[in-house]
Amino acid sequence: MDRLWRDFAKGFKIENPVLRLVLGMCPALAVTTAAINGIGMGLATTAVLLMSNIIISLLRNMIPKKIRIPCFIVIIASFVTIVDYTMAAFVPPLHEALGIFIPLIVVNCLILGRAEAFASRNPLVNSVADGLGMGLGFTLSLTVLAAIREILGAGTIFGVLIMGTSYQPAIMMILPPGAFLGLGFLMGAMNWWDERVRRAELEARKEALSHG
Amino acid sequence: MADLVAVFFAAALVNNVVLIRFLGICPYLGVSQALSSAVGMGGAVIFVMTLSSMATWLIHNFLLIPYGIEYLQTVAFILVIATLVQFVEMVMLKFSPPLYRALGVFLPLITTNCAIMGVALLNITDGYNFIETLLHALGAGVGFILVIILFAAMRERLDRADVPGPMKGTPIALVTAALMSMGFMAFNGFNITALFGG
Repeated sequence: MDRLWRDFAKGFKIENPVLRLVLGMCPALAVTTAAINGIGMGLATTAVLLMSNIIISLLRNMIPKKIRIPCFIVIIASFVTIVDYTMAAFVPPLHEALGIFIPLIVVNCLILGRAEAFASRNPLVNSVADGLGMGLGFTLSLTVLAAIREILGAGTIFGVLIMGTSYQPAIMMILPPGAFLGLGFLMGAMNWWDERVRRAELEARKEALSHG
Repeated sequence: MADLVAVFFAAALVNNVVLIRFLGICPYLGVSQALSSAVGMGGAVIFVMTLSSMATWLIHNFLLIPYGIEYLQTVAFILVIATLVQFVEMVMLKFSPPLYRALGVFLPLITTNCAIMGVALLNITDGYNFIETLLHALGAGVGFILVIILFAAMRERLDRADVPGPMKGTPIALVTAALMSMGFMAFNGFNITALFGG
């Protein structure tokens, strides 16, 4: 149980796909112009990641080592097609907004990376935990980045005006440069926070030693 | 003629694959540590992008559409690209070992380079004909090599710069990319067709 939780939780912080592993950068930068797009892209990727992890984990002893990459790609591509057509049928505006980045989930290094590094070596339950954790960690970082960009660039969040009418939106933030800028500073902030926590822990340990 | 020139320059500069369309960010950040590997990666991308765009365009128009199986587009394209990359690698090894030594190590990485697949998909969604597809892919490839070389040159300097601790590495590289992207947005006001007397 403990290990299962670790497999799930690592996607949020220690191995956050976007902020730590620097995987799946293209969709993270391209579609995060509005918070709702960030959630949509994140969940679409999570769905593909979860389903491909399940199938690959079940088939892991059947797939010959030598041709495993093409096998993974075909499995992933099939699920991407399913998600693509499902989204076109049920959420057409979102499907329109995400554009070619839905079929491009197939080349998201995060998914192939998890298939190769985790699902092809671990039992089903752990692979489900890993897929869910990584996918939701990806969704979280996309949503945070998209929310920052939407608030600064349009003064809204999920389409609701929050900055007041006098706020002059910094349009740069929803244009391409804003994506690089936002993600760069978000990563920097996360590093800064981690460094602070680490230093505080070190201090506490030193304190305990000198008193003990 | 002017239209074709416009397609090429629009793909290379105005809608730069990396900085404006956000395709191929992984190699852009990953392989730009040294100038020599940036050149190798860029060369391999131009080569594979042009070949795979032609192949996927032909497959889409002469196989998927006539048989009404467009829903297989994603599966078909990724398989064509993966096969093509393998094939190019083998041909290169057999006929041109020097070229293989220069570009070979980058070829396996290219299958999961979203710029290749992205440009192949854009050719279809933008409704290009075969010649336009060829020039669009070539332009996008040239745009890729242009920014990856510029970026690699900047990163070699950046390594020696005094950057605040938490911003070291990828974060500062992203901020640098943001400034480059701002520069490339200036091409937006450009009327390329008019420039070449269209």
